[in-house]
Amino acid sequence: MLACASCHGMQGKGTNNDYFPRLAGKPSGYLYNQLIAFRDGRRRYPPMNYLLEFQPDAYLQAMANYFAAQRPPLPPPETPIVSQDILALGQSLVTHGDPARDVPACSSCHGASFTGMEPAIPGLLGLRPSYISAQLGAWRYGTRTAAAPDCMQIVAGHLTETDVTAVAAWLSTLPSPANPTPAPRGSLPMPLACGSEPN
Amino acid sequence: MGPFMGWVRSFRLQSMVLCWFVLTAGLGWLITSAHAQPIAPKAAADAAIVKQGEYLARAGDCVACHTVPGGKLFAGGRPMETPFGTLYSSNVTSDPATGIGKWSADAFYATMHIGRSRDSGLIYPAMPFGSYTKVTRADSDAIYAYLQSVPPVALPNKPHDLRFPYNNRSLLLGWRTLFFTEGTYRSDHTKSEEWNRGAYLVEGLGHCAMCHTAINALGGTSEAKAFQGGLIPMQNWYAPSLTSNKEAGLGDWSLADISDLLRTGISPRGAVYGPMAEVVYNSLQYLTDPDIRAMSVYLKSLAEGSPLVPATATVRVEETSLLMRLGKTVYDAQCASCHGGQGLGMPPQFPPLAANQSIQMESAVNPIRMVLNGGYPPGTIGNPRPYGMPPFAQSMSDDEVAAVVTYIRAAWGNRGTAISARQANELRTAPAD
Repeated sequence: MLACASCHGMQGKGTNNDYFPRLAGKPSGYLYNQLIAFRDGRRRYPPMNYLLEFQPDAYLQAMANYFAAQRPPLPPPETPIVSQDILALGQSLVTHGDPARDVPACSSCHGASFTGMEPAIPGLLGLRPSYISAQLGAWRYGTRTAAAPDCMQIVAGHLTETDVTAVAAWLSTLPSPANPTPAPRGSLPMPLACGSEPN
Repeated sequence: MGPFMGWVRSFRLQSMVLCWFVLTAGLGWLITSAHAQPIAPKAAADAAIVKQGEYLARAGDCVACHTVPGGKLFAGGRPMETPFGTLYSSNVTSDPATGIGKWSADAFYATMHIGRSRDSGLIYPAMPFGSYTKVTRADSDAIYAYLQSVPPVALPNKPHDLRFPYNNRSLLLGWRTLFFTEGTYRSDHTKSEEWNRGAYLVEGLGHCAMCHTAINALGGTSEAKAFQGGLIPMQNWYAPSLTSNKEAGLGDWSLADISDLLRTGISPRGAVYGPMAEVVYNSLQYLTDPDIRAMSVYLKSLAEGSPLVPATATVRVEETSLLMRLGKTVYDAQCASCHGGQGLGMPPQFPPLAANQSIQMESAVNPIRMVLNGGYPPGTIGNPRPYGMPPFAQSMSDDEVAAVVTYIRAAWGNRGTAISARQANELRTAPAD
């Protein structure tokens, strides 16, 4: 996995680059789905599409399993560069959602401590705000998609740009949880159906 | 995405189309539409022939163009971008309405042998019928039988999106007159049966010439320049010469090393990346040991007699050179842990750079791209978990890329030329996939 380290850090712990995400500890089903999507071009990022183009499923599964099992320490929380109002909006959306706009709380699927859920819902910790903003934006504009029903596309479609900034900023301030392991499969009652997370 | 072969063919198409355009003045030919072919009653396909056909379809790498990545097998629709518009590969499943379910074996052979489609007359030469014309009727019939066994997928062919005048298929007649020679492979009786089998596979189904023979100004290939290599501009990879030992000529390789490279993607002498990784991944890894060995025998013979090293080195290997000094610093920090301080690598997983032909070729495109984009050899049956090289585009400056590529081209007795920061920079925008 040395080839991955130059962008994703040793053990997939992430680097100080804004756009290369931490991989360590995300559920292997999630990582595998992303590797397959990059290989087959359903998730577009040319450097990743190129690297994975001629790799068989079994190898991609092994890569996913490796990074899912890693537990390097999380980076220190970010010092937010947004206002207290924006941070408060972020906290509210992340922990309570906005029922009036059909926005569920992030925690309802990604876990109360945001470590994700087996087999395919990623943890949200250790990711820089620019990365989270870029992904939510990509879902809003349809350039990132997942298996139907694509719940994240639905959720992101209900968010404004300010919401995205707020959610990304607040998530990046969270400290390491006591237990970084993703929640067990089926342990969270999901508010909407997701094609990637069979229940 | 990354239909590498598609890109390759796209570039060729671009040149070919240009050629048709040049030729169009004075051409008043009309195309007769495809011959109406009687449909032979389909006998129960013999399982052995179907199996043989599947094998031969692998050897021809049909899947690379006729299947969208992650899509239904052989349903076509894979786009091939060209400056003149977009070509889409066709549905070759057994679907009667949108595939080739209604085709006869005769009609299929006409496509393979003379580039004529049952549905739409002359075929654009992105389909390598210039190579497939060498395929025997028996092998064509086996591939036909196999494709008729592929589950039908109802997916209409997308019309090609070529702009006027390139959408005028009658221009193809001019191109064909100049560059297409019909004819099944003829054995060279002065050579061994194994050599001839290799030649049949390389020149026919393998269609290696699509990349490894340079095209001329009119978008055609010349037999005199067969397998002499060429740059693939739209894709920005260099397909090295197979006849020169200064490039990818295999004249001084052992048959075992050539076979390893073709079948597994790695070898003690080097590994395949980029477009050639696609060929190994989709095609060569599935071929039998005797066929791989036959191809190796033929490929080795192509370069026998070619000199092993250039007559003169053009870079002075002196530590005092600024470029070389920076290059060594970068190399020792970033590259030596895998490729070794003396460039010996740890073959076959970490390729050697010392005495590696592909590092020293006149075209430095491939080594520059490897440093910028990294890469994995293909994951194959013989090498299911290849070791990958990380990309350095995000962490090295143009000067550092130029220095380290110059260093590996000139250190340890290598005899390549220096490259500039500008050359490195130009390839940052090359399509990665």
